Amino acid sequence: MIIAERKPMEEIKELVAPYKKVLVAGCGTCVTVCWAGGEKEVAILASQLRLARSAKGNGIVAIEATVERQCEREMVAEIKDKVAEADAVLSLACGSGVQTMAEMFEDKPVFPGVNTVFIGMPQGEGLWIEMCGGCGDCFLDRTGGVCPIVRCAKGLLNGPCGGTKRGGKCEIDPDKDCGWVLIYRRLEKQGRLDLMRNYYAPKNYRAVKRPGKIQAGKA
Amino acid sequence: MAKPFRETLKTKRFVVTAEVGPVKGSSVSKAIEHIELLKDKVDALNVTDNQSSVMRYPSLGVCLLIKEHGGEPILQVTCRDRNRLAIQADLLFACSRGVNNILCLTGDSIDVGDHKEAKQVFDLDSVQLIHLVHTMKSGKDMAGNELDGGIDFCIGTTGTPSADPLEPQLIKVEKKLKAGVDFIQTQAVYELDDLKRFVEFIRKRDRKVKILGGIVPVIGAKMAAYMNENVPGISIPQRIIDELSQAPKGTGIAKGIEIAARMIRQMKEEKVCDGVHIMFIGREEKVPEILGAAGLL
Repeated sequence: MIIAERKPMEEIKELVAPYKKVLVAGCGTCVTVCWAGGEKEVAILASQLRLARSAKGNGIVAIEATVERQCEREMVAEIKDKVAEADAVLSLACGSGVQTMAEMFEDKPVFPGVNTVFIGMPQGEGLWIEMCGGCGDCFLDRTGGVCPIVRCAKGLLNGPCGGTKRGGKCEIDPDKDCGWVLIYRRLEKQGRLDLMRNYYAPKNYRAVKRPGKIQAGKA
Repeated sequence: MAKPFRETLKTKRFVVTAEVGPVKGSSVSKAIEHIELLKDKVDALNVTDNQSSVMRYPSLGVCLLIKEHGGEPILQVTCRDRNRLAIQADLLFACSRGVNNILCLTGDSIDVGDHKEAKQVFDLDSVQLIHLVHTMKSGKDMAGNELDGGIDFCIGTTGTPSADPLEPQLIKVEKKLKAGVDFIQTQAVYELDDLKRFVEFIRKRDRKVKILGGIVPVIGAKMAAYMNENVPGISIPQRIIDELSQAPKGTGIAKGIEIAARMIRQMKEEKVCDGVHIMFIGREEKVPEILGAAGLL
C-alpha cells in the first residue's frame, strides 16, 4: 500500500492561512491504514486547525469528509457539495488522491496535508517499511522476493556495497537492514544462492516511460 | 616518465600506491605539492571521486595534473554521481589524455556527504561498471554503437575484507573477478586475518589479479570511534583503539603511523598480499613517513 506521513502542523497552517472555510478531506484506504489521513486523522487535524486559528482570533470553518478512495473520481464525487462549500481543500490522501481532487475541482485550490513517502507494508505497531519502487521491471524473482531497488540504499543489482556493518546493517543507518544481506539470507535458506552469483546487466530504468500511462490488456 | 601501472603489476615486487584527495575549490597548488612529494615514492597515485560524497575538484582533473607532473594516476570512478552516459563520456576523455588506470567503485551513499539533499544516481553498480569498461575496450559503447577510438584501461576495483557479514561481500567480489579486473585495492584493513581470509578466497578463483591491502592510518582513539560510526567500510578493532588511547598526548599521529607501518611490514613479510594502498585522508604529506617506517623508501 501507499504510505504517507502528515506534514508538520506549521506547514499546514501556512498552507491554509488565507482561507476561512477549508475542507479537510481524508481517504479511507492506504492512508487510513498508515495513520496519516483517515477519518480519525481528519477529525484530529480539523480540531487542531480550529484551535490554532481561534487562538489567533482568526477563526476557521474546518469541514470534515472522508471518501473510501480519493484516487477514484466516482468516490470523490460523493463529497462535491462539501467541496463547493469550502474556499480550499486540504487533502490527506496520497499524491494521487490530491491530484484526483484537484483535477475534479479545477477552480478550487487543493493542498496536500501529507507527504506521500513510499509503497510499503506495516512491519510493527505504527512502523512501515518501503517495499517497492514502482520501477516497471520487477526484479523480485532473482532476489528471493526482496527488492534491491528500494531495500538497498543504493539500488544495486549485483550484491552489497562495501558498507555492510554490524551483522548486516546498512552504512547509512544502523537501524536499517542491508537489503543485500536480506537477499543473501533468503536465497541461502532456499538453497538458491546461485541466483546471487549471476551477473545482472544494467537495468532498464526507462521501463516505464514517465509520465506513466498504461492501458489494460496491452501486455 | 612514470612506468605504466599495468607494467608494474607484471613485476614480482611489492606494489605501493597512495591516495591524493582533490581539494575543495579550484586552487590546485596543494594537490600539486602532494603529487610532487609522492609521485616518485609510489607506483601510482589514486585520485578519489567526490570522496565520502563530499563535493570536490574532480578526480579526472587531478589525474591530468599527475600526468603533467610525470606521475602515474589511477582514476577512481564511482557510480553515485553520474549515469551511464556521463561515465562513458568521462572514460573517453580520460583515455584520450593518457589516463589509463581506473578503479571501479560503487561510491558512498549521498547521506554521508555534504550535499545530503542531492539525487543519487547509481544507474550502474561497480560490477556493471567493470563490464562497461570491457565493452568500451572492445570498441563499442554500452548501446552497441561503434566508437571512433576506444579505450584501454588497467582495471581495478575494491572489496571490504571486514564486511559483516562477509559472505554476501565475497559473492560480489567473485562477480568482479569474473567481470575481469587486473588489481584490487581493498578497503581499510586493521585485522591481518581478515585480509588473509579475503586473499585466500580470491586466490582460489583468480591467481593473476594483484591484491593491494588497504591502509587507512588512524591517529587517535576518538577519531577511530568516529570512523567506526561514520565512515562506510571501516571497522577498527578495540585493540587498536586501546593502543591509540594509551599513546602520550601529542603523539597520536606518530602512533598512527607506527601502527600503519607495522601492518604494512606484516603484509609484506608474511607475503599476505601483493602490495599496499595507503589512504592517509587529508594528510598526504605524512605518507612518506609511513613509507619510511615500513621500509618502503
